[in-house]
Amino acid sequence: MRLPLLALLAKEPAHGYELKARLEQTFGDAYSSPNIGQIYLTLQRLERAGLVRGQDVVQSDRPNKRVYELTAAGQEAVATWAEEPSDEPRIRDDFFMKLALGPAAGVADPLTLINRQRRHYLGLLRSLSTLAEAAPPGNKIGRLLIEGAMLHLQADLDWLERCQEELL
Amino acid sequence: MTRVHVALGRRPAARPRQQAPDPAPDPVPDEPPMLLRSVGLTKVFRTGGQPVHAVRGVDLWVRRGEFVAVMGPSGSGKSTLLHMLGGLEPASGGEIWLDNQRVDGLTQAKWAILRRRHIGFVFQFFNLVSSMSVADNVEVAALIGGASRRAARARREELLADLGLTAKAQAAPSQLSGGEQQRVAVARALAHRPSLLLTDEPTGNLDSTNTSAVLRLLRRSHADGQAILLVTHDARAASMADRVINLFDGMIVDDAAVRPASLRGNAAGSVLDLRG
Repeated sequence: MRLPLLALLAKEPAHGYELKARLEQTFGDAYSSPNIGQIYLTLQRLERAGLVRGQDVVQSDRPNKRVYELTAAGQEAVATWAEEPSDEPRIRDDFFMKLALGPAAGVADPLTLINRQRRHYLGLLRSLSTLAEAAPPGNKIGRLLIEGAMLHLQADLDWLERCQEELL
Repeated sequence: MTRVHVALGRRPAARPRQQAPDPAPDPVPDEPPMLLRSVGLTKVFRTGGQPVHAVRGVDLWVRRGEFVAVMGPSGSGKSTLLHMLGGLEPASGGEIWLDNQRVDGLTQAKWAILRRRHIGFVFQFFNLVSSMSVADNVEVAALIGGASRRAARARREELLADLGLTAKAQAAPSQLSGGEQQRVAVARALAHRPSLLLTDEPTGNLDSTNTSAVLRLLRRSHADGQAILLVTHDARAASMADRVINLFDGMIVDDAAVRPASLRGNAAGSVLDLRG
């Protein structure tokens, strides 16, 4: 959550609600944006870390708003983030551990596990297709994110098929 | 669009009278009637040394208007199964019932008539007639299926308009992209309003955009009541079906309805977690 907010602030200073609206505008219904509480909390932490600077703006008809801008350290953090390849694990997978350990433990049958997981992936693909159809054609980022999720599921299904070929 | 169902040709006289097989397991009273059913279907190839058991006792069914996908690794027997169900390959054993009539023992000629009237085929490689225009490829299929000249022409115009191919009607198939040719192949397969569309990897040779176009087409024709049996490796295609059968080593190892899964309120994020 920290770096997306820094990246948005690198474009221009903004207050919490504007940041939330910008995330929503970017991803549409393809990705749920963090709630406003999370955003405020993250901004406070970023300020304590010296990456952003907040300034209260007095508003006559409503409570004051706090507008944030990047500090030099914040600029640096965004630049470093953009320049590095993303090397954290790309996939978290609980299913494979079940398949690897479940049958020997006598708590699961491999065919049942594989079939259940395949059905689940197909159901997810179906839901994502529906989401993709509902996405406005103009929202390229949202559509590409859904497509990415679907391609990952297709890879998961291929992997499942390999497991089926080798383990059954 | 009303779907007119024409009665099938008579069974071959030589075959002893048989009752249609029992309905599928767990019949629900208000489900549509059976359209296609196989019982203990087998295929053994005996070319060369050891016999190869490609299909080993498959019981499957497709109800009227139902969309069923068959998935499975390469070599699992899915194409052979589809070819047997369409009469393109004789079965080694078991039964095939189409509309409560047994069809597995039909001669090639009888199968040809059956296909012309009741079955549409779409393959991975479009198999359009290269010497005919796009329009004629579709129109001739309707004519062979028994439509009048006027009806065949109207059907062709309707289908090509539906597929956004009206402007290409007079083009030769070779002037079209792969995706366009496959859309024409689907139009041709639907031209005679078959009760069953059989399709083998229809998106196997297409890029992502053309795959989407062909899938949209299949989904729309299914929404209009078309029964479809789709053999595919493409999970996106299979996920559109009402039911997915998994074939492994010539046998069915899973057969279940596709139910949309919850995205847990996080849309694509339930699969792809964006960090930062």
